Amino acid sequence: MTEIRTISYREAIREALREALLSDPRVFLMGEDVGRYGGAFACSKGLIDEFGEERIRDTPLAESGFTGAGIGAALGGMRPIVEVMTVNFSLLCIDQIVNNAATLRHMSGGQFSVPLVIRMATGAGHQLAAQHSHSLENWYAHVPGLRVVAPATVADARGMLRKALDDPDPVIMFEHTALYNAVGDLPTTSDLTVDINHAKVRRGGRDASIITYGGSLPKALEAANKLSGEGISCEVIDLRSLRPLDMETVLASVARTHRAVIVDEGWRTGSLAAEISAQIAERALYDLDAPVERVCSAEVPIPYARHLELAALPSVDGIAAAVKKALRQ
Amino acid sequence: MSEFRMPALGADMEDGTLVEWLRAPGDTIHRGDIIAVVETVKGAIEIECFENGILDKIVVSPGATVAVGDVLAQIKEEGRTDVVAPEPRTKPISESPDRAVSILSPSIAAPSLPIAAMSLPPRRISPAARKRAQQLGLDIETVQVGPGGVIGLAEVAAAQHLPQPSTAETPQPVKRGFQPDGMRRAIGAAMARSKREIPHYYVSSTLDLSLFTAWLEDANTKRSTQDRLLYAAPLIKAVAVALRSEPALNGVYVKDNYQPSKNVHVGVATALRGGGLIAPAIHDADTLTPDEAMARLRELIPRVRAGRIRGSEMTDPTITLSILGEGTADSLHPVIYPPQVAIIGCGAMRERPWVVDGAITVRRVMTVTVAGDHRVSDGRSAARFLNRLDKILQEPQQL
Amino acid sequence: MKTSYDGVDLRREHLLELARQMILIRCFEEKCAELYSVEKIRGFLHLYIGEEANAVGVMQALEAEDAIVATYREHGHALARGLPPTEVMAEMYGKAAGSSRGRGGSMHICDAAYRFYGGFAIVGGGLPLAVGLALADKMLSRKRLTCCFFGEGAAAEGEFHESLNLAALWKLPVLFVCENNGYAMGTALERSEAVTDIYLHAESLGVPAQTVDGMDVLAVEEATRLAAAKVRAGQGPQFLENRTYRFRAHSMFDAELYRDKAEVEEWKRRGPLVQFKAWTVDRGILTEADFNSLEGEVEHIVAEAVRFAEAAPLEPVADLAKDVMTPGASETEARS
Repeated sequence: MTEIRTISYREAIREALREALLSDPRVFLMGEDVGRYGGAFACSKGLIDEFGEERIRDTPLAESGFTGAGIGAALGGMRPIVEVMTVNFSLLCIDQIVNNAATLRHMSGGQFSVPLVIRMATGAGHQLAAQHSHSLENWYAHVPGLRVVAPATVADARGMLRKALDDPDPVIMFEHTALYNAVGDLPTTSDLTVDINHAKVRRGGRDASIITYGGSLPKALEAANKLSGEGISCEVIDLRSLRPLDMETVLASVARTHRAVIVDEGWRTGSLAAEISAQIAERALYDLDAPVERVCSAEVPIPYARHLELAALPSVDGIAAAVKKALRQ
Repeated sequence: MSEFRMPALGADMEDGTLVEWLRAPGDTIHRGDIIAVVETVKGAIEIECFENGILDKIVVSPGATVAVGDVLAQIKEEGRTDVVAPEPRTKPISESPDRAVSILSPSIAAPSLPIAAMSLPPRRISPAARKRAQQLGLDIETVQVGPGGVIGLAEVAAAQHLPQPSTAETPQPVKRGFQPDGMRRAIGAAMARSKREIPHYYVSSTLDLSLFTAWLEDANTKRSTQDRLLYAAPLIKAVAVALRSEPALNGVYVKDNYQPSKNVHVGVATALRGGGLIAPAIHDADTLTPDEAMARLRELIPRVRAGRIRGSEMTDPTITLSILGEGTADSLHPVIYPPQVAIIGCGAMRERPWVVDGAITVRRVMTVTVAGDHRVSDGRSAARFLNRLDKILQEPQQL
Repeated sequence: MKTSYDGVDLRREHLLELARQMILIRCFEEKCAELYSVEKIRGFLHLYIGEEANAVGVMQALEAEDAIVATYREHGHALARGLPPTEVMAEMYGKAAGSSRGRGGSMHICDAAYRFYGGFAIVGGGLPLAVGLALADKMLSRKRLTCCFFGEGAAAEGEFHESLNLAALWKLPVLFVCENNGYAMGTALERSEAVTDIYLHAESLGVPAQTVDGMDVLAVEEATRLAAAKVRAGQGPQFLENRTYRFRAHSMFDAELYRDKAEVEEWKRRGPLVQFKAWTVDRGILTEADFNSLEGEVEHIVAEAVRFAEAAPLEPVADLAKDVMTPGASETEARS
């Protein structure tokens, strides 16, 4: 019987980093404050003592420079993990990601491969205000040539990095800041690698499918719990991979429940939820008993004041209300 | 002889204006020589020629704007050049986009839809409910709306007296009594309006259809069972042909104006399950052969009964034909469907004593009644029509 | 030009090769201009005419295992590096036999066999990549350098600053070659930089820098050999500011409203081929006949390249989504 141990999401990331660094000498971590500081979110604490300055490489505040360097290093045979502190700062290196990392394979006619992993923290909820609260996963999920994943559980935080590093193409991994402190169980087996291609049904249900990813997963599960007390049975799907989307799992669920509620912390307009909604309309229209519902962030730069921030972001109550609307209750 | 053409200097350059010739006819020119100046959106650009030769004839004068690729001058070749001859080109960079051709041309101007079946209150039906109803053989039109004015899976389930849809997979036989519903109410409203606004007159004739039925029986011996003609089909054609000579009976009356129709689209009154009535069009019925009319009926009636009617079938009838059918009654005095101006009702075919050449014999007869809008026509139009119809039905082989 | 050059082979054979390479680039570029004007080559076309001495001079000091990162004005660099002119021309034509299988076009000539990484269209976009390639070499203890070409316009971009800083900080084997032709598209250097000596920018970031006469192929070769040797010796990055001039417009669709014709003519008189021919012929190392013969040889090569490109097939449209992701690596193609 496998035993389990309980660790935090942050701990799981750190373990995954450590395992990668131990198992493959080509792997190294590069980013702001990943070394001496131990990582802005403490994900690489202590690693510099174990692996040294070359492999736990602090960089100057030069996102474009070090992300491009990550791309070059990947081209040159290394397996770099570039840590962009948050998706907010990734706007400074989005040129390197979109114009270089995503295009090099195609632009060269298949000659060059960029086996790069970029980790970014994402999301809102700590009153960090407009410039530190973005959820721009959909911007990257928009671009052919990139893979985008969003681990939402401790097991996924632990297991996705290995698969991402093995991928010969650029993978962007989004870690929601609200999840770093979350705790979860891991078996004590040696191989904790998980696949990065499929969505997972986190909770089975009959009446509605709640489709979500990343930091919104706990809210979706809480809403499902609440609703079950009212006799409404919700199926909760964790997308896990944002590009490509595992629509097979989503469509199979909607075929069973006939109602879809998508929870996405991005702003509603042009969101990933909009893409999923469109695909459901294209491929499962005749299964729907009600229009698709979306629970997204309000069309406002995320405000500082707590009550306003809460009002702007998806909430448990908002999700429950959307499910009821889909059920016409 | 070769041609010096307006060069493409940019991906989005479509044309340029020749500003100045820097060489004259008769001049010797070499590859790389700047020989003209062209004004473009980006400013004046000097253009070079790519071959050696003698500038022969200037085709485009200063001030002219020409498209990329158009010939500017002729060059007489002198000696060998290794210019890659450009492929002959008929059009420069951008072609004009295909003009979108409008494919919609309504056959009649019908600003308001006929009331019957179109003035029903809007019913929002979820795709899943439609699909489920179809699977169960349920007529979705007869399912009651639920909360929010929507027919969803729950409402379909209720119409079936089944538990919640997600657990039921096998369709159950439908068992219901007649339920008054929106359609009946709508039909009632339409008929009431018709009687209120249209001054109806009625003209009847009983027609000897012996020859017609004999022809039909004979025609059917030559057809397989599935291609069998029902008498309605050639009858529809006959009615349509007869109508061609009575424009006052075939058209629409809208806003105090009558518009006769040059097409004859016969609305065929069709009974629906549960008590509804609908009269979808058979378009250009006068141009169809009886087999074609039969094929249309065969496709139309079941589809309409299943609730899938097309907009044009509802809006296009220029006349309606109502056939009571076997074993019903002698005659039918129907009510006109606005905005049409006439309606034809056929009673059941009966065997009756008939006078032929002064003697009594037995004939198969049918009473045909024309109801007309007295604002547009009178009894004489109807009578002429009936006579015409009679003549046509006496020569069924001409149909 | 100078009377002597350190470390450069001044014998006939090498000088003939330098002439051949420069004339090949000149002829190839002129042919591209012609082909563009009859719409055989489409999109943007940035010609290297006038700057040939830079690519040719620098390449003499690079080894086969060194990496090259260049810009959208990279045809000359590709040819000097040894990429087959047939494939480069086919790439301009968008054919499947092109260097980048027709997917890149003029601005993205790539060839893994020559460690020629292209071909970057965002000014300054290649510099961080070059830093990364050098970082990989250093971390894997490989003795090779990364040569990064860019224009003086890139000095204004943040990535220039970030890349040079990283290279100097981490002592990476990058040879930065700035081809300063005085104009970033239509903006003269003095209108965009408060400090127009680009080498000073490099030095301020900790990268030792030299200015070089970019019209003198021998001076370029000399300076590159010196700088490359330092990089290979592990001294960290080096920077060359090659002062040069492009005789043609920024790209084909450019009315050159921003500079004087007289200035262009002045530079043409000092052009790399003009100077090199005069220098070698004066010293009796090469002759007029040598240059004529080279021109004839090169015309054949270019004509053959055009024939090859004309005849080469296009990729089938059905292959549109090919090479976006690595095939079979994951299930990315199974779903969209």
